[in-house]
Amino acid sequence: MDQDHKKLKESSFPCEVLEKVLSFIDSHKDRSSASLVCKDWYDAERWTRSNLFIGNCYSVSPEIVARRFPKIKSVRLKGKPRFSDFNLLPQNWGANVHAWLVMFAKVYPSLEELRLKRMTVSDESLDLLARSFPGFKALSLSSCDGFTDEGLKAIATHCSFRLLGLVQMIIYQNLTELDIADSVTEDIGGGWLSCFPESFTSLEILNCASLQCEVSFDALERLVSRCKALRVLQVNESINLEQLQRLLVQVPHLTRLGTGSFMQELTVRQYKDLQTAFSNCKNLQALSGLWDATSVYLPFVYGACASLTFLNLSEANLRSGELAKLLPHCTSLRRLWVIDTVGDKGLEAVGSSCPLLEELRVFPLDPYDLDNQQGVTEAGFLAVSRGCPNLKYVLYFCRKMTNDAVVTIVQNCPDFTHFRLCIMNPGEPDHLTNEPMDEAFGAVTKTCTKLRRLSVSGLLTDKAFEYIGKFAKNLETLSVAFAGSSDRGMQCVLEGCPKLRKLEIRDCLFGNAALLSGLDKYETMRSLWMSACNLTIKGCKLLAKEMPRLNVEVIQDEWSDETHANKVYVYRSVAGPRRDTPPFVLTL
Amino acid sequence: METSVATELRLGLPGRDRSEAKIISVSNKRSSSEMDDSCDPQQESVVPAQKAQVVGWPPVRSYRKNILQKKAESSSDGSAMFVKVSMDGAPYLRKIDLKFYTNYLDLLKALQSMFKCTIGVYSEREGYDGSEFAPTYEDKDGDWMLVGDVPWEMFVTSCKRMRIMKGSEARGLGCL
Repeated sequence: MDQDHKKLKESSFPCEVLEKVLSFIDSHKDRSSASLVCKDWYDAERWTRSNLFIGNCYSVSPEIVARRFPKIKSVRLKGKPRFSDFNLLPQNWGANVHAWLVMFAKVYPSLEELRLKRMTVSDESLDLLARSFPGFKALSLSSCDGFTDEGLKAIATHCSFRLLGLVQMIIYQNLTELDIADSVTEDIGGGWLSCFPESFTSLEILNCASLQCEVSFDALERLVSRCKALRVLQVNESINLEQLQRLLVQVPHLTRLGTGSFMQELTVRQYKDLQTAFSNCKNLQALSGLWDATSVYLPFVYGACASLTFLNLSEANLRSGELAKLLPHCTSLRRLWVIDTVGDKGLEAVGSSCPLLEELRVFPLDPYDLDNQQGVTEAGFLAVSRGCPNLKYVLYFCRKMTNDAVVTIVQNCPDFTHFRLCIMNPGEPDHLTNEPMDEAFGAVTKTCTKLRRLSVSGLLTDKAFEYIGKFAKNLETLSVAFAGSSDRGMQCVLEGCPKLRKLEIRDCLFGNAALLSGLDKYETMRSLWMSACNLTIKGCKLLAKEMPRLNVEVIQDEWSDETHANKVYVYRSVAGPRRDTPPFVLTL
Repeated sequence: METSVATELRLGLPGRDRSEAKIISVSNKRSSSEMDDSCDPQQESVVPAQKAQVVGWPPVRSYRKNILQKKAESSSDGSAMFVKVSMDGAPYLRKIDLKFYTNYLDLLKALQSMFKCTIGVYSEREGYDGSEFAPTYEDKDGDWMLVGDVPWEMFVTSCKRMRIMKGSEARGLGCL
């Protein structure tokens, strides 16, 4: 061992140099590649990695991570499969962050940043977090659940300042970011805002837009007035226009603003003050909130729109006219989110006013009303594609679409990387020809060679999947619902898409043969989700038996029985089967 | 490697019987336009089996759904909002609970039936021009406004009382 070691040492780079070089690499994919070169590189890489990204918290265990990486400063951790956003996962399924925090507290005491997505975070965990990391700076909880006021109070109280009793040196370790985007629970009140001590001045990012409750305006105002470095402020609906004005005058240098409710009767004076406040926001890059904004009050936003690159109108049910008046002021707009109340006409305005647009999301006002014929159609999408050739990302909810329209759209915009089309009535055909929507997605995959993410919808036969398998060579994420005519569809995708990482399928008739056709594939992917398909426990057991390094989990619900596997989640893991499965999750 | 698998080819929705799909009750509908004719908010949780909703479809994030439901629920949070309604030529006034309605269309339908009159269709430009009667209301500032100009929620919070005017008198009353 010694001689070999000596030989290696003589012929290779000194490890200090190697480590220095590797420390410049940020991308975790590149780092993973570097670590595979040889043992020296593996070691150098693990000593220099400071940002940890774990796309599936069950793919590895805290112990394995702790052993491999000694010096982590920031962590990004994702938990539940995406379909949990749509209530397809029962409560208490898992993805609890606590075991991870316990490990981090022991092994990474200088942890600075923690970003969690779709994980369960209890108040106890937040308390542990608040007390364990003296240098902690940034917490981001995206689509997380399980915590209440009490947990946030712990963060506010303890994270904001630590006294290190070194002689004559007082070091303030200050929180700069608190972002609880989309983590909505009724249990979160607004009291925690008051727990930031008066000496706390370092906050740069505060996002509590999704809170459902009243927020203490006094505490918020005082917090904002003393945090002069604040550049992102997103308040919730309980903050009205008058209060917003008082906040804005404190922090006109904001780069991202999320307003509160826009519906309040104002005096002429108040209106003018608001107009001035907005005009003084010269650095605004992103604007959101705007609950219940209408043509009466929208105009005073105009003064702040010139520098906007992101406009999120998904809480403001604007009509076409209101949008058409607003958009010409947003000359730098790259990303736009709207509700389908703007209609095709509003989207025409988008096409004519936003030539630089790269991302468009159109959300449905009333998605559950199956009779509703309102909203947007293929005409709106076409209009946008004509005026916005740089479009790369689209999420479009509609009730009607045609193959021809999609073919034209991708001809106008061949650079799509993310194409998510949701025709809301399941299995809906082309509304003009009554044919399946196969050709539409054929065109998307053929024309958009850079496509990385695709969500399909409408009436689809195996042909659509043949196209996907044949053309979508860069596809990483595919979402399928109510589609396909046989197992062959899924097979085409599994055999054809070399870069596929995440496949999520619901309500399709793919069965065991389809599942098993991907035996070799699943270890190269992050995960597979199949719900309400034709899978049986037997088929899943076979998969588990053939592929021991995959976790094959069946979630029992009221639609399952001894043979039918209604919800199946398959993912690769080096940590073996989960040790924390609830009673309704069966590991095969 | 034997696998006993039956792959059924079916017409219609794959996966399972549509009628088995879980039915969840529809939240109070919010019309996208206050004057929308096609929306009937009284038709709440009775959903026929063929139109059964499927869990988690369309794939809209649940917090978004919560916001819609909350808005629908807040109109039924207990306290009523009674306002007096007078009509030109009628001998006595009536009282209605504004919280009972969720949009202008229903309110006007109720008024027409209560007072046996025709109010006609609202338009942003012409108001109720051409109709026999036009509904107006007094707002918090004491001004008389034409019903329909502001969003429904704003109307409910600012309306103090209503008066159904004769069409000829209502001309000229309108917002910008």
